[in-house]
Amino acid sequence: MAQPFLKKDDDHDDEADYSPFLGIEKGAVLQEARVFNDHQLDPRRCSQVITKLLYLLNQGETFTKVEATEVFFAVTKLFQSRDLGLRRMVYVIIKELSPSADEVIIVTSSLMKDMTSKTDMYRANAIRVLCRITDGTLLTQIERYLKQAIVDKNPVVASAALVSGIHLLQTNPEIVKRWSNEVQEAVQSRAALVQFHALALLHQIRQNDRLAVNKLVSSLTKGSVRSPLAQCLLIRYTSQVIRESASNTQTGDRPFYDFLEGCLRHKAEMVIFEAARAITELNGVTSRELTPAITVLQLFLSSTKPVLRFAAVRTLNKVAMTHPIAVINCNIDMESLISDQNRSIATLAITTLLKTGNESSVDRLMKQITTFMSDIADEFKIVVIEAIRSLCLKFPLKHRSLMNFLSNILREEGGFEYKKAIVDSIVILIRDIPEAKESGLLHLCEFIEDCEFTYLSTQILHFLGIEGPKTSDPSKYIRYIYNRVHLENATVRAGAVSTLAKFGAMVDSLKPRIFVLLRRCLFDTDDEVRDRATLYLNTLGTDGAVVETGEDVKEFLFGSLDIPLVNLERSLKNYEPSEESFDINSVPKEVKIQPLAEKKAPGKKPTGLGGPPPGPPSTIDAYEKLLLSIPEFANFGKLFKSSAPVELTEAETEYAVNVVKHIFDGHVVFQYNCTNTIPEQLLENVTVIVDASEAEEFAEVASKPLRSLPYDSPGQTFVAFEKPEGVPAVGKFSNMLRFIVKEVDPSTGEAEDDGVEDEYQLEELEVVAADYMLKVGVSNFRNAWESMGPDCERVDEYGLGPRENLAEAVNAVINLLGMQPCEGTEVVPSNSRSHTCLLSGVYIGNVKVLVRLQFGIDGPKDVAMKLAVRSEDEAVSDVIHEIVASG
Amino acid sequence: MELCPLIKNILLLDSEGKRIAVKYYSDDWPTNSAKEAFEKAVFAKTQKTNARTDAEITMFDNYVVVYKFVQDLHFFVTGGENENEIILAAVLQGFFDAVGLLLRGTVDKKEALENLDLILLCLDEIVDGGIILETDANVIAGKVASHSMDAGAPLSEQTITQALATAREHLTRSLLK
Repeated sequence: MAQPFLKKDDDHDDEADYSPFLGIEKGAVLQEARVFNDHQLDPRRCSQVITKLLYLLNQGETFTKVEATEVFFAVTKLFQSRDLGLRRMVYVIIKELSPSADEVIIVTSSLMKDMTSKTDMYRANAIRVLCRITDGTLLTQIERYLKQAIVDKNPVVASAALVSGIHLLQTNPEIVKRWSNEVQEAVQSRAALVQFHALALLHQIRQNDRLAVNKLVSSLTKGSVRSPLAQCLLIRYTSQVIRESASNTQTGDRPFYDFLEGCLRHKAEMVIFEAARAITELNGVTSRELTPAITVLQLFLSSTKPVLRFAAVRTLNKVAMTHPIAVINCNIDMESLISDQNRSIATLAITTLLKTGNESSVDRLMKQITTFMSDIADEFKIVVIEAIRSLCLKFPLKHRSLMNFLSNILREEGGFEYKKAIVDSIVILIRDIPEAKESGLLHLCEFIEDCEFTYLSTQILHFLGIEGPKTSDPSKYIRYIYNRVHLENATVRAGAVSTLAKFGAMVDSLKPRIFVLLRRCLFDTDDEVRDRATLYLNTLGTDGAVVETGEDVKEFLFGSLDIPLVNLERSLKNYEPSEESFDINSVPKEVKIQPLAEKKAPGKKPTGLGGPPPGPPSTIDAYEKLLLSIPEFANFGKLFKSSAPVELTEAETEYAVNVVKHIFDGHVVFQYNCTNTIPEQLLENVTVIVDASEAEEFAEVASKPLRSLPYDSPGQTFVAFEKPEGVPAVGKFSNMLRFIVKEVDPSTGEAEDDGVEDEYQLEELEVVAADYMLKVGVSNFRNAWESMGPDCERVDEYGLGPRENLAEAVNAVINLLGMQPCEGTEVVPSNSRSHTCLLSGVYIGNVKVLVRLQFGIDGPKDVAMKLAVRSEDEAVSDVIHEIVASG
Repeated sequence: MELCPLIKNILLLDSEGKRIAVKYYSDDWPTNSAKEAFEKAVFAKTQKTNARTDAEITMFDNYVVVYKFVQDLHFFVTGGENENEIILAAVLQGFFDAVGLLLRGTVDKKEALENLDLILLCLDEIVDGGIILETDANVIAGKVASHSMDAGAPLSEQTITQALATAREHLTRSLLK
């Protein structure tokens, strides 16, 4: 075909390395592009030069604005040639150069001429190029041709116009929407791809009109779609319609399900798969609906084509998360996939098996995985580790074999992320499965004996310091820890010293021996290690006698630093060495709390390492710091709970106020967040007058007015109440916003000197029982339930009266109690007649509470509920029942 | 748009992972270095697999990549993580077979570079702005090849019909003068 573009280098005999573009250079090619201006065009040579230009662009070379313009103008000359091949290359390079609006004008007339040409290829390509580079104004000029092209009898031309329409719809929707009739006609085309493109465009034109989409889907699902791609689209539109027609008839069949099911018997694999996937993703899919989809996916599992196996196993993997039982039938096929050449498929198969496995199959599975682990990449291993972790939480009895597996792979080669995933998993298992604690800690100890990652070593040492002293025989860990002091770098050595000190503080009998070890650390080469050793020797008491360590020392060692680290850092930087020593109390405790609004704690991944159990979400911390910084509230003790903001004004009123309820043991503080939305006003001395006559147990003790509230910059005012200690008092409060209003001159922004006192009525606010309950989840409800024991269990039955459906009743009870739903049990499968919901929380006074709710629905929508409560205190169990009884 | 199957990119790399021809249809890789990094990652991940008889598939960075190798050429098609894998495979197969037809069986890097114009036209005919235009290799190759023959080429290199068409064109042109 085409000649080599450059003369072959004679010295270059190596065929493999030979390239026609060897030594190509931008400047030279731009020079060559001058042939476009020749009077006698040589089409072949021009084509070659365009190919070279495209090659350069494709390799990531960029043209300057001037160069691109020059090439573009030269290329426009080529429209004179009537050579078909050259014209095609011209179309391609115009698209690649993406000329600017003023340049486009040069080619529009040529392209419009091609658009009306008799040659199909010209029409199709000219449409695509023109629509790519054009703007709205030109579009109205060519609209007529485009409409014609949509119904052109040549499928290539029709497709070109339709696809261009899809792109143009993003920028010029009002024009494209006028083509509905033509597009509708194209949907009936006999050409497969035209039908596909027409359907895609028609749906996008109508996508905001639910009724129209509904009609489109119901007419097309009756047949007449030929192209597999169009059929896939139709399946997607159908599932969207099913999703949006939310009101499932209680017993009746799902609309369009038959269509999806029918597609499972289509002859094209892409359609079969699309339909199977759509069925598995239906909201609240029943096992009867799932079965045919799972069956076809199972057939795909044994296909010779990797793509089919991958698609099937990936979908089944997702199904296994919600309907593990439905996938069990495929387990045998899945097990044979563990040895699949394609490691992505094997990993997906393994993790699916881990999700569907039952207690008896765990051991066999682990054996298979052990051989598999050695030959996959780290990223796949991490996925497997995570699956094993959740399996272990599901079957706590199997912790021994799973823990062994984790410790074995911990010893093998691997990168940081992989090792971290294993260590995190072990830490989580230690935390959630008490029986696994001792063996888990020993595994970690063995790991740090030979760990190349400083970060992991220090984290494990920290964790050992917290968990180790609480075990039956803490002394056995000391050897591992002290070995670090000998053999590691300074960072790890320092960490080990801190850990030793924690053992010394917690285990009195070990204290003398710890002292000996710490004294040896005083001769370390590193400052930090020596400093720590000195510090701990002093805090623990210098004599090293077997005495109990003081609470304040423990607090020092284990407590969290109540100063924001940024503030401490800043204060230390500002401190100048002088006679006066640095005073930690001088560090400001306030944090800048601009994101106080509703910044949710990101991610809900299980926190692995990193010290004490996952703390409360950061907003609570921010609230606590804010309240502590106000002297009037500083002695209220520890903040138990802060509610979500409750709006006290309608939207779009003059003043927007919401309130956050802060619950302390013996006090309640209302934090009113106020916003002034009137630019011409400045509010001063803003307070909220609270009438607590309907809240008998509360007595107002303090309030903190807001000095000034300018336009659009939110501020807070507080009111504090005293209430009987530890008692979950409830009541209603009515609120009145009182302030001095001053007129502001909008042009200067200055306020007048004199103000007028004014009031603004706010809505009522209630303190309810749920305010005394913290949402705290447990990872394994059954474990927690059983370890709590039946001593303080209270069981009773309640009739909830007529309800719309079960989901509504379940939500009502959850909201009433304000507890954390566990294991996804807050989701009620549609149409179910009974449901069990598990809740956990911490009641004021730090009492753990677990609740098991069993709901049943009777014929005429009457819901009955059995409530079983277990807690650490029977009085609390009774309170929960009282809340439900009165709620 | 989001319901329509979308192609993120089509790549043709050599046996060292270097570009022969690539086409990106998505803004996920805004710069050339981002594109190169993606190509490097894809290549490294798939290099050791045997994708010579059947198309293979992998997933990374929330993309699904299907790929197939022949000689020293590596073909890739990338889609989003929720894309129907079999549709992606159909696009890959269309591209792969069309290149095979256009290069007349000798599918290797040297031939591909020498006929780079055909490869580029082929990419242009398969996908337009992410939307699948055609997946049938014969149709794709037909669209590319039907006019690859220069009208000005010596008559001996043309088929009878093309020769007639050229003759007719010459005639009309001379008549119009």
